[in-house]
Amino acid sequence: MKTVRQVVQPDPAAAAELQGDRLVLNMGPSHPSTHGVLRLIVELDGEVITKAQPDVGYLHRGDEKIAENMTYTQFIPYTDRLDYLAPLANNVAYVLAVEKLLGLTDRMPLRGQYIRVICCELARISAHLLGLGAFAMDVGAMTVFLYASTQREKIYNLCESLTGARFTTSYTRIGGLARDLPEGWGEQCRQFAAEVIVAINEIEQLLTRNRIWVERTRDIGVIRPDAAISYGLTGPNLRASGVDHDLRKAHPYLVYDRVQFDVPLGSVGDCYDRYLVRMEEMRQSARIINQCLDQLPDGPVNVEDGKVVLPPKARVMTRMEELIHQFMLVTQGVNVPPGEVYFGAENPKGELGFYIHSRGGGTPYRLKIRAPSFVNLSILPELLPGHMMSDVVAILGSLDFVMGECDR
Amino acid sequence: MNARDLARQLRIHFLHSVTEPAEFRGELTVRLTEPSQLPEVAGFLRDELKFDLLLDVTSLDNYGEDPRWTLVYEFYSLAHRAHLRLKTDVSEEVSELPTICRVWRTAEWHEREIYDMMGIRFTGHPDLRRILMWEGYPYFPLRKDFPLEGRPSAMPEVAFSERAPLEGGPFVTAPGAKDAIRREPRVRRPGGEG
Amino acid sequence: MKQAAEIQYDSRLEGDLVVTRLDAAINWFRKNSLWPMPMGLACCAIELMATGASRFDISRFGAEVMRFSPRQSDVMIVAGTVTYKMALVVKRIYDQMADPKWVIAMGACASTGGMYRSYAVLQGVDRVIPVDVYVAGCPPRPEALLDGLIKLQAKVAREPVASVWKQPPQEPVRPAAALALDAPTQAVPKP
Ligand code: SF4
Repeated sequence: MKTVRQVVQPDPAAAAELQGDRLVLNMGPSHPSTHGVLRLIVELDGEVITKAQPDVGYLHRGDEKIAENMTYTQFIPYTDRLDYLAPLANNVAYVLAVEKLLGLTDRMPLRGQYIRVICCELARISAHLLGLGAFAMDVGAMTVFLYASTQREKIYNLCESLTGARFTTSYTRIGGLARDLPEGWGEQCRQFAAEVIVAINEIEQLLTRNRIWVERTRDIGVIRPDAAISYGLTGPNLRASGVDHDLRKAHPYLVYDRVQFDVPLGSVGDCYDRYLVRMEEMRQSARIINQCLDQLPDGPVNVEDGKVVLPPKARVMTRMEELIHQFMLVTQGVNVPPGEVYFGAENPKGELGFYIHSRGGGTPYRLKIRAPSFVNLSILPELLPGHMMSDVVAILGSLDFVMGECDR
Repeated sequence: MNARDLARQLRIHFLHSVTEPAEFRGELTVRLTEPSQLPEVAGFLRDELKFDLLLDVTSLDNYGEDPRWTLVYEFYSLAHRAHLRLKTDVSEEVSELPTICRVWRTAEWHEREIYDMMGIRFTGHPDLRRILMWEGYPYFPLRKDFPLEGRPSAMPEVAFSERAPLEGGPFVTAPGAKDAIRREPRVRRPGGEG
Repeated sequence: MKQAAEIQYDSRLEGDLVVTRLDAAINWFRKNSLWPMPMGLACCAIELMATGASRFDISRFGAEVMRFSPRQSDVMIVAGTVTYKMALVVKRIYDQMADPKWVIAMGACASTGGMYRSYAVLQGVDRVIPVDVYVAGCPPRPEALLDGLIKLQAKVAREPVASVWKQPPQEPVRPAAALALDAPTQAVPKP
């Protein structure tokens, strides 16, 4: 841990006079730098934080209870709204968990897998752009946010032509995707991947050597690797502390073992490292997208299994068996065997895990969402004390959390 | 070392309280029959077997069965790249088991969440309060006997809650019902007690 | 409202001098500088940010000055799911806003609870504060929010101003749900 900053204390007697009472300051739940509805109760000694207590749950919407009351497919739209900066990646993570439970993982057609990887990486770029934009804005650099927004709008355009919605995408289905790529989408995506690199370079020029930025982020909010592990941090926050753990490399799901990419690691674990790691991750994401588009095979996107994926409409109208499948899938949902699985995916914020406990039938008996933001925030009581009040915004910005996912 | 070897070592060390690992979809699950041993098992998992990451803690409500609660711990080892699940049952009369937040700090929030959602208490937890709902909310919403639409409550100046109008809602299917007819929401009384 | 006066300018009659009703002039000022209080609660807040950012640029409608201080804002845009835990916070912030004030409920969640029919979500923010404009969508597109803003401007332009000043101050009208809350008879049921 970095050495605790101290208020200048000329001599003990004067200091005792100066110190007075601790000030308890409430921050949030409606505060511009808490990225939603996080509430922080901090205790201050002068400007130095002595105690911090996060209060979450202001966006607790009961997702897990809702999941117990509907079929697996019906829950997909709710996953959009977990980490609402990266809905595509959430969709993918959720259906991968259900497919694991169904035992479908090895039967998925390759084209669908590639498209899912493209989706995940687009989502990563989108989430990191907004995270960085908001981080920079909190620290006082407005321009970055506008630059990032411009790029995000391009991602929204891609999402829109792919899924019909700007960010509540619900694009994946159990056993595949809602639809194949539209005509010419690959080219647009490739063009975006080229453009976003330019924008990232611009942002880099604005920030990386910017004196104010560096002063406000370097050596602020240092998380040591053992603390990061003990608090269960995952994703860029863990890697910025120098721990090499990326599920895409450790347990390659989808087709991550067929593409080349590097996993950036930090060395210090401060806000600046977290910023650098995210910048590099975006570049790597663009690289993955390009490779996927190069390798994208032809063929179906959905698994061939009438008991999982809705059959084509034309066949439903003409054949008995398909009609029955359609009817069963819509009324009862996918029939899932009893059992339990945990599947974690490397999402922009960290490891998004779904634990599904099934007792058979079309609805989960229990669905637990392991939300990376929730876990990442739990380090705040240890991280904040010793910092100045004005560092809080930098630390919060660099942890990059989303309350929708944290509170579920 | 793979997960199977690690699970076997755990079994050898705690012969009387840890069961043989069961495999499903490539994941190993062991059961701990003696919940009071949880901290020792957790310490052994972390220090000896290098399961350094506690991914998640979940609770299950086996409503109508005994024991009512099942706690599910997901461990991950960065060194071995292995995953292990540990489950332990707690009866409704006890509803209490020892905390493991001395071993992993991250357990603190997970356990608070379980207390909030299911009402299971953790002995030795430094700060066992509600986390997602507000302090003073009278129910435990993830229990199976708590209806999705909620129940009214009021805490002046803090928060209140009402019953959501499900109206037999089109998107709410009965959990675990045998067939399509019983799963159909409209056969149930709207707003009925669950 | 009979005095639905709008500002008009006829260059043949009026040169440098504009003659209009006081109501029309004040409402014209008001409607073109609606400073929002962005009550960004959930996913819809992202679309609210997109509305404020480069492509959609809410400043074309004079509403770009997002103020996180309720004292400085005129219109509260409730963007996102209002949970029961958050409900009274929203209400308190609304109460702190200075009159005249308006509310836009952005998205299905803020309007009706949306897809979250559950134990934790307030079924529409209009149960605690009065809402002027509801914007449909999950999330509404930025265009839809801008349209909602334009609708609100039209509403502001029609409000009586000068005639209200002459009346004695009134207790603000509070919606039924909020009133019921304060009633001491509400007993907490046993779990
Ligand atoms: S209306 Fe939809 S997008 Fe908006 S907050 Fe609710 S769930 Fe999110």
